[in-house]
Amino acid sequence: MPINYYIFLSVALFCIGVAGVLTRRNAIIVFMCIELMLNAVNLLLVAFSKMHHAAIADANAGINGQVFVFFIMVVAAAEVSVGLAIIVMVFRKTHSVDVNFLNRLKH
Amino acid sequence: MNAIILSAVWGVVMMFSGAFSKNKMWARYLAIAGAAFLLLANIADMYAQGNPFFHIDTKGMLTFNMFGLLVNAIAFATTLIYFFLSAKDIEEVGPHAGEYFALIFFVLCGVSLVTSYNNLLILFIGIEILSIPLYILTGSSKQNLKSNEAALKYFLMGAFSTGILLLGIAFLYGASKTGSFFIDDIGIGKVPPSPLFIIGLLLLLAALSFKVSAAPFHFWAPDVYDGSPTVFTSFMISVVKGAAFVAFIRLFADSFLEAQPIWQLIMALITAATLFIGNITAVFQQSVKRMLAYSSIAQVGFMLFAILGVGLKTNTAQEGIVLYIAAYSLASIGIFAILARMKDHSFEGFNGLAKQQPLLAGVNTVFFLSLAGIPLTAGFFAKYYMLSIALQTGKYFWLVIFAVFCAAISIYYYFRVIQAMYFKEGEQQEVEASPAFKGMLVAVAVIIVLLGIFPQWLINKLSIIYF
Repeated sequence: MPINYYIFLSVALFCIGVAGVLTRRNAIIVFMCIELMLNAVNLLLVAFSKMHHAAIADANAGINGQVFVFFIMVVAAAEVSVGLAIIVMVFRKTHSVDVNFLNRLKH
Repeated sequence: MNAIILSAVWGVVMMFSGAFSKNKMWARYLAIAGAAFLLLANIADMYAQGNPFFHIDTKGMLTFNMFGLLVNAIAFATTLIYFFLSAKDIEEVGPHAGEYFALIFFVLCGVSLVTSYNNLLILFIGIEILSIPLYILTGSSKQNLKSNEAALKYFLMGAFSTGILLLGIAFLYGASKTGSFFIDDIGIGKVPPSPLFIIGLLLLLAALSFKVSAAPFHFWAPDVYDGSPTVFTSFMISVVKGAAFVAFIRLFADSFLEAQPIWQLIMALITAATLFIGNITAVFQQSVKRMLAYSSIAQVGFMLFAILGVGLKTNTAQEGIVLYIAAYSLASIGIFAILARMKDHSFEGFNGLAKQQPLLAGVNTVFFLSLAGIPLTAGFFAKYYMLSIALQTGKYFWLVIFAVFCAAISIYYYFRVIQAMYFKEGEQQEVEASPAFKGMLVAVAVIIVLLGIFPQWLINKLSIIYF
């Protein structure tokens, strides 16, 4: 399959994620949309990795793209642990995970 | 290499300091010793080029040049001063003093990664190691709703910008001919850019602008800086912002130099917007802390000039940003150390401070003068360098005039504080200041003035060994 299909799929997934972050009000769903963005990138990296592997005559060509994906997964997990802790902390205080609450900071 | 390993190890040591001892003083002394040790190890690294304590084959993913090491040294020195001035306030944020120090050391590990990356993977990891502890520090005042909200906002926005950064990296990877993440390989050389490359570049530009809080990606910054505990705001806007700038400059100087026609005009517009929004909104603030948050956006506008000038033959961009980071970090650490001890954070809170605490008011004036860029302070030469960079590019004369105009606006809101301290009567208020605290503040003020008279002390370090 041409690489363009993968690019379109990943960008479509990424845009769904961005739209979710910008429009949803529930912090957990916003958070899931961010994860969707990261996973769209993972898909794209793997697709590019295969593309480079096919294009370059070297057994190891393109392998770094797949290694990068593992790093994204690990860092995303670290981010999840911190992020969920923050969301729980906010929930304890306000009994809500609505990001509209955040507007209180403006004065 | 010294700094990366030692800062991570010291962070772990600091976590255990909280577990074994109930005495908070212990954590403070350990943190100060750690920062001093890091600074010394980094200086040893600077003077024994290519001969650090630790020899680790990073497969070329990290390169240590003088620019990165010097910024590291500034960051560690600032952190050391910050610990001397504010360690007591850090302990008062909550019951987990050791952990706060540990998180700060992890941030420093991220700082030393983003000042030495040679590969987009390390850039990504460095920025994350820099950001994730900051999300926690922002929310560390758990009982304070503003701090909670700031943490949630910072976290969601930071994770969002990470997604954008990663998409940009993925596009650049797809566009590179060799299938590599090394910053020397992702540039385009002389061939015309592919759409993938252009989109990737613009996404990275947006994500990094986000991290340094340049307009129009600055919207999270005032709320986060205002909401987080004052001691941590001071760390975030000085050390962390400087490191993010180094990441920005390294990428654009090494990878995207040939593509400069694509991004230079966009960068100039971002600079103009940042200067405008930062300065205009700072004028209308009633709280000094929030004014400083907006003014930090305005200062970012000046720092962005260095990125406009990365292609210049002389090392001006790097010299300018090093001086600016030093001047800005020192001044804001000092101001926030005083601000954290004041009960009232509004402009009225500073009324009559000169009568009650003449020394504090005096050093505070030096810090504000340096931020405003008045001659004889380090801020003057920092701004001078930035404007000369824009002139040397030969294309952005309008931007220089605009920046001077904005600097004039900034004098209004900085001098409002000085005016409140000296020319207004205020109620008696207790500002707790030990002789050691005052002595340290005077030392910082002296460094700022000395850098304002002899900026070459700092800059020559860069140019002598860099080439």
